[in-house]
Amino acid sequence: MLEVAGLTTRYGAISALRQATLRVGSGEVVGLIGPNGAGKTTLLASIAGLLSPSEGTVTFEGADITGQPPEKLLRAGLALVPEHRRIFVDLTVEENLKIGGVTVTPADRAQLLEEMQELFPVLRARFGEAAGHLSGGEAQQLAIARALMSKPRLLMMDEPSLGLAPVLVDVVFKLIESLRASGRTLLVVEQNATRMLEVADRAYVLRSGEVVGEGTASELAERADLFDTFIGSRE
Amino acid sequence: MIELAQNIIDGFGRGSIYALLALGVAVIFGVMHLLNFAHGELITVSGYVTFWAISAGWSWYIMVPLIIFTAVATSLLIEFVAFSRVRGAGDFTLLLTSFGVHFVVSAIFLLYVSASVKTFNRPGWVTNTYSVGSLNVEVFDTVVIGVTALALLGTTLLLQRTMFGLALRAAAADFDTARLMGVRSNLVIRGAFALSGFLAGIAGVFWLMRAGSTTPTAGIDPMLKGVLAALIGGLGSLRGAVLGGFTLGLAEVLLRSRLPDSVAGLTEGVVFVLIAVLFIFRPQGLLTVAHAERV
Repeated sequence: MLEVAGLTTRYGAISALRQATLRVGSGEVVGLIGPNGAGKTTLLASIAGLLSPSEGTVTFEGADITGQPPEKLLRAGLALVPEHRRIFVDLTVEENLKIGGVTVTPADRAQLLEEMQELFPVLRARFGEAAGHLSGGEAQQLAIARALMSKPRLLMMDEPSLGLAPVLVDVVFKLIESLRASGRTLLVVEQNATRMLEVADRAYVLRSGEVVGEGTASELAERADLFDTFIGSRE
Repeated sequence: MIELAQNIIDGFGRGSIYALLALGVAVIFGVMHLLNFAHGELITVSGYVTFWAISAGWSWYIMVPLIIFTAVATSLLIEFVAFSRVRGAGDFTLLLTSFGVHFVVSAIFLLYVSASVKTFNRPGWVTNTYSVGSLNVEVFDTVVIGVTALALLGTTLLLQRTMFGLALRAAAADFDTARLMGVRSNLVIRGAFALSGFLAGIAGVFWLMRAGSTTPTAGIDPMLKGVLAALIGGLGSLRGAVLGGFTLGLAEVLLRSRLPDSVAGLTEGVVFVLIAVLFIFRPQGLLTVAHAERV
């Protein structure tokens, strides 16, 4: 479904991402793990059109989408839940969801609004409230629901558990599991490598802007060098 | 007491025009983080269109939609010719571009039309008044306040009840995230310039009706009023812009009537001093803006 080949992205003279290559198949949940500054967010932002890569290609469902603007990629079926959620705090929960569905027909939007309230009951309870009043866990659910409003075929999430209390981290990972069970394709950046590998089919390990490892949870578990050197969070 | 009531009506009349101008400034600032010093040029261009059309015998009934159309078209043209070329550049570049547009438009009329004042007939009813008890109310102020109320209501409905309005508010809060949601940046920016031009067009109708003349630099005063009112209200806040417009209008009228005749000419200077004092105590303006920064 998604093929990234030799992607390099620079901030001025500094290469934040170097020759990154990865693949996500339809229906897969793929994790991107690695320490702070590894280039995980840069990789997602480069795929999602927020950053322009200087080298390499991104192919989605056979079409070259390298460097396309985010609004075009969303219409192609590729949605991103950004780091820190970035919900619109002055808009209501309903308005946040509606803006997530700006690309679908009004009839689809109305149906998706109902579906999202079924999937995320906490949002139904706070439908008319300003999104700025939501707790961190509720806001994360809103950010995911908002991205799902566009009916994406590939959903990318950037650090969905970042800054959340442990009990809310559980909620987020259960949500990823339920999205996986519903057959959705996910590419998830996560610092919590142990938890990510529990829910992912495969994962890529990044270090200093390079992909240094790839495999299933059990395969990566064999790579003590990766965990001990780059992740350091195996329990 | 009667004089105060009279001043308040006059202030609301004047403030209505400022509110429309400030709202246009705030809409652009919200989406692009651009303090548009070229906003007054919409009235400069409309002023010359009015001069030529009235000179050709056109009536004010035709001028009203023509001025609004001219302001919208000019706003979109300025976006296309100037601002779209520097989109994504830093705030300072955008600011300099807006100054450049202001000077270029003025220079075009100065070089290719004339430096002299061009006058045109105003509608007869502009100077008419009617009495309410002891109050002497201008028909013009009544019309301005009524039309502004309708324009603000229409703008509110547009922003609150339509997907375009929702996209505009989302883009004003966080432009990049709005794009991630599928909001088309071109559509929302051009929509913002069209809305800003529409509001400036309505303000321009009243500004030109009252002035009855135009010059190559006629846009400076409305630009300053619009920018100042937006700053007073809290840059980036649409409600603040409207509040700032009415505050500025009332302050001007009240000061002009209260200051001794010998210093009445300093009214605008005193208004600037009061604004400076306001910014010492409330640097963010009258209303606090949650997201003044475009990201």
